Amino acid sequence: MTCSAKLDNRLSIEKSDAGRRGLFCKNPLRARAKVPANLRRKAAPRLPELAEFDVVRHYTRLSRMNFSVDTHFYPLGSCTMKYNPRFNEEAAALEGFAALHPLAHDSCSQGTLELIHDLGARLTELCGLDAITLQPAAGAHSEFTGLLLAKAYFEDKGQKERTEIIVPDSAHGTNPATASMMGFNTVNIASKPDGRLDVEELKKRLGPKTAVLMLTVPNTLGIFESNIEAIAKAVHDAGALLYMDGANLNALIGMVKPGDLGVDMMHLNFHKTFSTPHGGGGPGAGAIVCRRHLAPFLPVPTVRKEGGRYVSDFGDKRTIGKVKAFFGNTGVLVKAYAYMLAHSARELGEIAECAILNANYVAAKLKDLYPSYSKEYCMHECVLTPGPDLAAKGIKTLDVAKGLLDRGFHAPTVYFPLIVHEAIMIEPTETESKETLDEFVAAMRDIHAEGSANPQALKDAPVTQPVKRLDEVQAARQPNLRW
Amino acid sequence: MYIPHTKKDKEEMLKTIGASSFQDLVKQVPSKFLNPRFALPAESLDEAQAAARLDRLAKNNCRPLSFLGAGAYERYTPAVVKAITSRTEFLTAYTPYQPEASQGTLQAIYEFQSTVCALYGMDCANASMYDGASSFAEAVRAAVRVTGRKKIVYAAGVNPQYMDTLKTYFAHSPDYAYVKVPLKDGAMDKPALPALLEGAACLAVQTPNFLGVIEDMDGVADLAKKAGALLVAAADPVSLGILAAPGEYGADFAVGEGQSLGLPLAYGGPYLGLFSCRKEHVRQMPGRICGMTKDKDGRRGFVLTLQAREQHIRRDKAASNICSNEALCALSATVYSALYGPEGLKELAEANAGAAAFAAERLSAVKGCSLKFKSPFFNEFVLAVPGSAAALREKVLAAKGIDIGLPLTPLYPELGETLLVCATETKTEADILKLEAAVKEAI
Repeated sequence: MTCSAKLDNRLSIEKSDAGRRGLFCKNPLRARAKVPANLRRKAAPRLPELAEFDVVRHYTRLSRMNFSVDTHFYPLGSCTMKYNPRFNEEAAALEGFAALHPLAHDSCSQGTLELIHDLGARLTELCGLDAITLQPAAGAHSEFTGLLLAKAYFEDKGQKERTEIIVPDSAHGTNPATASMMGFNTVNIASKPDGRLDVEELKKRLGPKTAVLMLTVPNTLGIFESNIEAIAKAVHDAGALLYMDGANLNALIGMVKPGDLGVDMMHLNFHKTFSTPHGGGGPGAGAIVCRRHLAPFLPVPTVRKEGGRYVSDFGDKRTIGKVKAFFGNTGVLVKAYAYMLAHSARELGEIAECAILNANYVAAKLKDLYPSYSKEYCMHECVLTPGPDLAAKGIKTLDVAKGLLDRGFHAPTVYFPLIVHEAIMIEPTETESKETLDEFVAAMRDIHAEGSANPQALKDAPVTQPVKRLDEVQAARQPNLRW
Repeated sequence: MYIPHTKKDKEEMLKTIGASSFQDLVKQVPSKFLNPRFALPAESLDEAQAAARLDRLAKNNCRPLSFLGAGAYERYTPAVVKAITSRTEFLTAYTPYQPEASQGTLQAIYEFQSTVCALYGMDCANASMYDGASSFAEAVRAAVRVTGRKKIVYAAGVNPQYMDTLKTYFAHSPDYAYVKVPLKDGAMDKPALPALLEGAACLAVQTPNFLGVIEDMDGVADLAKKAGALLVAAADPVSLGILAAPGEYGADFAVGEGQSLGLPLAYGGPYLGLFSCRKEHVRQMPGRICGMTKDKDGRRGFVLTLQAREQHIRRDKAASNICSNEALCALSATVYSALYGPEGLKELAEANAGAAAFAAERLSAVKGCSLKFKSPFFNEFVLAVPGSAAALREKVLAAKGIDIGLPLTPLYPELGETLLVCATETKTEADILKLEAAVKEAI
């Protein structure tokens, strides 16, 4: 962060000057346009008029007012902010992939179709399941696709009365939001004190109206659902389906096959487990991997190999249709494929191992000051709380988060899962070294010291960023959403 | 593999944790599930090997001289757009939930929202959706929520993939009725509207429509309003360099496919859903929204706002389940729009309309070919051809390496043997003459 970044917070439109030009389009065919006057816009759009260099400097300056994985450690729980390999970006930018039109004839898209086919086969095996769609654009979009599959499956079986989705109270918000978007009723189950799903309570709630149990494994407390076999059995005995939210797959990758646990389908987040960048909020890409009995309902097209050629397969009448125009976020899939090529079966397992090791290391080094919610070892993430000393000084989790920004670390996920009061959810990921974790631990300990000695200083944090704490109430009361 | 741990690191860390081995840490996982056999490669590729593999796959995609459009458009991506979006401070940032450390991403989103509002002539826009199809579906869902009605009237010229996606969003529920406004010379049959709109939640229109025709929107919003229905308009953002903006003709919700603003085709994604609306519907917008505010010292700053609509707060009561969006694509579109500015976008739009007009003129002069419609069009048009359109496409592709356009027969059988031919600003006069010669020879 530089001084100039702090001083200049003008919008691009505020740097605009009438008549200034950046890029041109000089194609002489312009003269042949014959759009009638009555169909034309009356007023030109109010866009900035800038020279090319103005644009470069403006957005380069903005880029420097950002934390990012490349510049800062991001211990964001449930977000899996691992290193995004440069090589992946180069692969996706190859002209052959980037310039391919989505409606290109299959004879022109053999390379991409082969990539999709091979990536799908590898991921299906990784999950221990039978079939896959790579069409969803993100994790929530995958959940939506998964519940559509469930709906189609039960309709095909003549069981339209299955209208309930069971979700534990530790679930990601997207689970209940997806269920209600699809017209299902959400049934919430309270977790047990150890953070696990209450199997007895589940059995009581399961019935002829249950369609799906959506379960995050390991759950958002970073704890493995040790009773998974009993859970799967109870769900299947009730004639329902078990959906695994794969947001936390980084804890299991190459070490456990979700299919072995009895899940019927699950989703993948390529922008988490498979190292594709978050881009400040997207694009992501998702997948639904499922068992054979759900395969006929997958969105179309899928890719099939037929006598040495790859063809788009439009399935049969039972498909749920399209969840997105065209194929999917193929540009992101190329990056995920590059990532898969860089890992053998054993190396994939090492991802889970080091992710788990890192989370437990941080928890162990902070346990005296920031107690863990769980008494057990965690999987890939740990959920801590500010502890009694800081609580006595009125220090909240938010203050700890802002104090980290001043110390050069992104904040962990805070106030989630909802079932933990003042939660600080830390997921270091496997790509962070012991040295980085030690520095992070030192920062957390320093925050504890400052919060104990001078709580107001922590409440004023951050002071090193381009802005101080922002007035979110005013932003919502009097929305200013555009120039 | 991208793991920094040495054997010594692992041992020291286990010691600090107080565990005797890694197996100790995963005791909560029943041991029978641990370390199954994976039928995956026993060796990974090094970077050079992986590069060779990917290069081979990329080269297996051929690059014809292409006149395909139909919702995804060949564009030139300026060097500055690539330079800015590959800055890893943007590329590898997370969703800006910590606003003080994300002012760059947040201000870019604010500028993106403003760009969408300017292009579409609307009051407010969100931080993006997955693509044009999902934006369209979410806008219709919003219209259903606002009006409490379940009848959806749509123009026959709406992209069929958008309609498929919409129906999937409503999970093919029998509760929703879909009523199609028939085509008249490739455009919406306006006189049919009053009768069809009765009791409708919305009229959903696309212009230029899927067949390339520019809909005459004059008076359409009034007809919708009279019936108590909202107007949902989908429009290509580059076309808005010259065409009437949805805000100008009274749309309530305006959406579009932002790929057009310089994003690579990439076989269908990642693209960019543009979503905007009138002020009174702001709380019906799905997804993230960025707002301007002040910090403790009164300095200008940006935050994600109106989050009470969203899944991480409202859970099962949220307006939509969307979480990740297409932020980096939104940045790309914002930089593209800033580089071209209002004049440059107008030039781009004129070049599209001119290239397509020239292609239409030349192809319709080929013996046996004719323009299907007389209505004005933007950058694509429907060409009637003698014999099978699909066979003609394959023949020219194989013989000349030219993709002459999308055969429409599977989507619009009522139009007979036709092709949807598109020419954007990437096409030159020489390209179009090559196309003409190839088609002439093949017929």
